[in-house]
Amino acid sequence: MTPSSSPTAEGVLPGHDDAGGHAGHHDHPSYLVDGTTVKSWLLTIDHKRIGLMFLASVLFFFLVGGVFALAVRVELLTPGPTIMDAMTYNRAFTLHGLIMIFLFMIPAIPAAFGNFMLPLMLGAKDVAFPRLNLASFYIYVTGAVLMVWGMLNGGLDTGWTFYTPYSTHTTTTVAPVLFGAFVIGFSSIATGLNFIVTVHTMRAPGITWFKLPLFVWAIYATSCIQVLATPVIGLLTLLVVGENLFSFGLFDPARGGDPVLFQHLFWFYSHPAVYIMVLPAFGVMSEVVAAFSRKNIFGYRAVAYSSLGIAFVGFFAWGHHMFVSGQSTFDAGVFGVLTMLVGVFTAIKVFNWVGTVYKGAVDFRTPFAYFCGFLFFTVFGGMTGIAVGTVSLDMPWHDTYFVVAHFHFIMVGATLMAFLAAFHYWFPKMFGRMYHEGWGLVSAALIILGFNATFIPQFLLGNYGMPRRYYEYPERFQALNVASTAGASLLAFGFVIVAIYLTYALFYGRVAGKNPWRSKGYEWLSESPPPTHNFVGPQPTFPEEPHYYVAPKKDEVNDV
Amino acid sequence: MSDIANKILFLPERASTFAERVDVLHYFVVGTTMVMSAGVGLAALFFFFRFRRRVPNQTTEYVVPDLKTEFLFVSVPLVFFLVWFAIGFRDFTWVTTPPKDAMDVYVMGKQWMWKFAYPEGPNGVNVLHVPANRPVRLLITSRDVLHSFYVPAFRIKMDALPGRYTQVWFEATKPGTYQVLCTEYCGLSHSKMLAEVVVLAPEDFEEWLKEQQRGRLQGRQDALADTSLVPPVARMAEQGEKLAGTQGCLKCHTVDGAPHVGPTFLGMYDRQEKLADGQTIRVDEAYITQSMMDPGAHLVAGYQNVMPTYQGKLQGPETAAIVEYIKTLRTANVREVSSEGPAYDPIQ
Repeated sequence: MTPSSSPTAEGVLPGHDDAGGHAGHHDHPSYLVDGTTVKSWLLTIDHKRIGLMFLASVLFFFLVGGVFALAVRVELLTPGPTIMDAMTYNRAFTLHGLIMIFLFMIPAIPAAFGNFMLPLMLGAKDVAFPRLNLASFYIYVTGAVLMVWGMLNGGLDTGWTFYTPYSTHTTTTVAPVLFGAFVIGFSSIATGLNFIVTVHTMRAPGITWFKLPLFVWAIYATSCIQVLATPVIGLLTLLVVGENLFSFGLFDPARGGDPVLFQHLFWFYSHPAVYIMVLPAFGVMSEVVAAFSRKNIFGYRAVAYSSLGIAFVGFFAWGHHMFVSGQSTFDAGVFGVLTMLVGVFTAIKVFNWVGTVYKGAVDFRTPFAYFCGFLFFTVFGGMTGIAVGTVSLDMPWHDTYFVVAHFHFIMVGATLMAFLAAFHYWFPKMFGRMYHEGWGLVSAALIILGFNATFIPQFLLGNYGMPRRYYEYPERFQALNVASTAGASLLAFGFVIVAIYLTYALFYGRVAGKNPWRSKGYEWLSESPPPTHNFVGPQPTFPEEPHYYVAPKKDEVNDV
Repeated sequence: MSDIANKILFLPERASTFAERVDVLHYFVVGTTMVMSAGVGLAALFFFFRFRRRVPNQTTEYVVPDLKTEFLFVSVPLVFFLVWFAIGFRDFTWVTTPPKDAMDVYVMGKQWMWKFAYPEGPNGVNVLHVPANRPVRLLITSRDVLHSFYVPAFRIKMDALPGRYTQVWFEATKPGTYQVLCTEYCGLSHSKMLAEVVVLAPEDFEEWLKEQQRGRLQGRQDALADTSLVPPVARMAEQGEKLAGTQGCLKCHTVDGAPHVGPTFLGMYDRQEKLADGQTIRVDEAYITQSMMDPGAHLVAGYQNVMPTYQGKLQGPETAAIVEYIKTLRTANVREVSSEGPAYDPIQ
């Protein structure tokens, strides 16, 4: 790949000291070509290269998890056995859940795009601890290898929730997978810590807290959750491994333990983990909606604070996964109210995003198409979240396909839309090339349609009473299952198109130029793709807000 | 009207009093969600069109919402969500608080079947017979891993946990057969762990009970004459009495009201008991079970923590039988004087 270093007609952006000078470019090659050996990539401490390596890894695991999702959907085409036996099915959905959550959703946006964009958005040369950053990648790879090895040799069938006492009694191999999750946790903690320190200490002059791009706010809030919650699941996985190998008896009632204790500890991490997945998505969308409607964010502070609000309240809502677990009615009430608060914070964001478009100048490009899908999935996923947080309604819905559809809408729908929007929005920044807009829009439409066709039937299936994790099901559920599988095929087809035109664009795409979207986000002040140390020349300063599209002062040239 | 709504939402038959409550809230929630989403969606679509980009370099006005707008953004959803919560919590409290006159049935999940036992007689596997229009309390436990007892037509669900009882109740409104599903993943044949609830008209249920008590030979006319040939169906309370003897419970607990090493069983059930830590607790199935499995968890005031755990020594049905035995030891006079504590002086 030969990325562009030929500045076409870039102008000077406000506050950017470097004139985009032609002379400097040969001394400052883009990060993609600054060292081309395998070693220069594997031992890099450049946050952009590490971000790319994370991106490649999460895309790989998205593919693996997706293949298993399709296998599960095909199996559910008929009420009885279709293409696999019960044990294979149980392993398949476990594998799908584990890979998608631990190896795709959680690292996807923070570790890939966060790594790449955060220092650029702060006007920094790199993250605060570049070596820790590289270590975090290798820790992730180690954990992933352990996990996948465990899943293929022994075949875990507990579901991604590992509920005891099943997980301590099953004959399948639980220990290596749990240990893998433990290891991956360190990667998550290291990345989060690194980002927190970076945001605190590496902001360029002029970037005050309230001039931070909202993506940075979201990543910051996410990092706080990662640092605070991940240790809990780390220790929990160790305890279950101990229970499994050495019969501790902490969670096994036959030895005086309490299986509900496991659920408390598990959801204390895994509920905030939902926000580790969606908060970065919210951040991406704040950037995208501002860039493509050329508008400052409506209620910037409300959006920024609501990220922190979600991160905070998210810690106190875990018990809504346990309304029918035998916890007391009082507990259910407390967790029910706290769940409502998360919904309110999300509602603030939704309203402010729509408000951002008001009096804007909308350019309906691929990332904006994903914004539309995102808006829909967030509103529906969020509202159904409030619905299942309503204690009496949760009683019939708990552990049925309604919940499956709900969390796919909010976790996958919203996050995936944001992931794809981020990919398309920052593709020119990362690779210096443009993709085909027409294909982008077509595939976005296909993916959004396919996603709805997959999961709307699942909401209805849940209403109808079909429990999750069923290999076989009563015949009355079949029509909706067929509809869902058909939707999944459409969804998969959409992804294939994306993979094809993005791969093509990587090598043959039109050279993008510095700022093809004419965005005012700080990251676009750098070259596309950026040089190794992000900014050429002296440290840039950022006098304006990140999304300031008001008429330029007279001496500014404001265009590509 | 609600039938059409149920068809659109794919809701199953509505066959319990709780189902009626839940469905009303369900419509309300779905309705507001739809209206809200439509509002947000249409506003967004209108803005996309109205504020589309006309020239590539277009600049925009700097718009900042006033405090009133942001306040509206927060308060409108908050009010709606809290209303949902309030209704939902009221119904949830209702469904987790069984009426006093409810008929008890013990439910035990086991990989991969449901066992049902009635304190007064028959027990069975995978078929639960209940009368219509009468509250039925389910006392649910598990023999191995977690299960979850779910009857879509009744809209009720409760987890089955090994080593303790959870409870939920329902009142079926119309006779019929309804499916029971397990909704907590419990291993290989999780999806085959199906059972059914057969709701009978009250008189049919009485009839069914009688048939069960006549035993399996009831279909044979010749055998009816001599019911002594048929072994009586084991009554849980009688089993419990035997078990209390053989397991050593009666070495420390009396059944005549006198305190011993532990509190007496007489009048214990349904009593408010003062605990060593100052709290009070109602002695119900859950508390008795917990006291067998983890005796020190909630110690009655005045007693030493000396009882060994019966975790692993008692099977689910045995625990249930002892609970039923204790429940038979209710006496009017003990209950009247003991609403605040034991009817005897604690050991000094």
